This record gives sequence, C-alpha cells and structure tokens, in this order.
Amino acid sequence: MSLHAQGLRAWLWQRLTSIYIALFVIVALFAYLLGGPLDYVQWRSLLAFAPVNIATALFVVAVLFHAGVGVRDILVDYVHSLILRFTILVILLLMLLVLGIWSMWILISVVAV
Amino acid sequence: MRLDAGAETSRLETMTTKNVRPKFLNLFRIHLPVTGVVSFAHRVSGALLVISLPLVVFLFAYSLQSEQGFEQVIALLHSWWGSVAMVLILWALLSHLLSGVRFLLLDLDIGIQLTPARASAWSVVVVALLILLLLVSGVFL
Repeated sequence: MSLHAQGLRAWLWQRLTSIYIALFVIVALFAYLLGGPLDYVQWRSLLAFAPVNIATALFVVAVLFHAGVGVRDILVDYVHSLILRFTILVILLLMLLVLGIWSMWILISVVAV
Repeated sequence: MRLDAGAETSRLETMTTKNVRPKFLNLFRIHLPVTGVVSFAHRVSGALLVISLPLVVFLFAYSLQSEQGFEQVIALLHSWWGSVAMVLILWALLSHLLSGVRFLLLDLDIGIQLTPARASAWSVVVVALLILLLLVSGVFL
C-alpha cells in the first residue's frame, strides 16, 4: 500500500471512529443527565450489562485508533526531527496500547466476577 | 490568516527589495480569525484528552474495583483539584466533540462559506461553554 493510500486510510478511520465516539459520548451524557449519579452496585451492574459492556469495549478501541491518528497528525506538524518524532510516537502508542489492554481487562473482569 | 493593508504594502516591497517579507510573530499583531482559533483549539483539546487518558482509565478501574475505591474516586472528583481537572477535561471533551462535528460537516461541504463557517465556529465555543455550565451546575448544586 502506498504512503498516499495509508494517509487516506488514516483520514477515513479518524472520521469513522469519530462518529462512533461522538454518539457514545452523547448517549452517555444524556444517560447521566437523565439517570443521575449511580451508587457502586448500580455502576458495576451498568457496565456488566452486555450491550453497555460491548459498546464500551468498542468505544475503547475507537478512542485508541482516534487518539493514535490524532497524535501522529500533531507530531508530523510540530516535531520535525524524524528520530524524535518516531520516539515520541512509539512511546505514546505504547501508552495507548497499555491503556487499551487495561480497559479491556476491567470490562472483562466486571462481567466475569 | 486575514490579509489586510499590511499585505498590500509588503507585496509592493517584495517587488522592489529582496526578502523583506513581513513576519508577524508578535502575538498581539497576529489576528487569528475565530475559525483558526477553533481549528487550533481542536488540537489543544485533543492533546489534552490524550494526556488525561491514563488518569481517566485509572479512575475507571479504581471505581469498579471495590465499593471503597468507588467512594474514594467520588471524593477525589469532589476535591478542589479534582473538580478543576474534571472541568478542564469536560471542556476539552465538549469542545473537541463539537468542533469535530463541525469539521465533519465541513468535509461534506456543509457550511463551507465564510459567513456560516464563522458562525459555526463561534457557536462551537459558546455551546461548549453552555453545556459545560449545565453539567457543572448539575454536579455541584
């Protein structure tokens, strides 16, 4: 795949993930505004509820991709040293990956226990 | 960037002398239009959200671990610096979301003319602050 196609694909994924993220955040904010604050048991059972659990897992994946592409866009514009850019990008992508795995583990453990 | 009388005179200058391009690096003389402010704010808020991710995931994990952890997260969010962080992250989220929707519409050539583009840029700023006020007043009152 050419560099141009890669850039185009990143551009497209940035927009596709943004739509899902936006919908998820809007639904979550409305749920909070209408449902009000939850206690611990309600909070846990909300995330253990299969549709919410799966939708949240998808949200995590979407945020990871979206953040990864966004971070790359910013670095390409402001960090001109290729070595420095690559180093920062790898560190940030690793951070995102760890956070993603951690979030997935939380989501699974809420259902499992 | 807005071009005005300064650009005209500089064009005359470049015809007569070499390398006399104006560099308006004085931040008080650069007038970035609201569309440019919103575009840059989209980056700033996006970077802020990425930086806040470790904290957000940590609080998410801790709030689900035990009832004690849940209460501690609530207490942390109600402490003064927790409130400041929460308001900052919420502002970043709301303005990033709204300007993101605006960019998606611009991609579809909706509101691409200067007047609607300026109006939508202003409304992104204002609506983000209004929703933030609504949420914050709901949390603290």
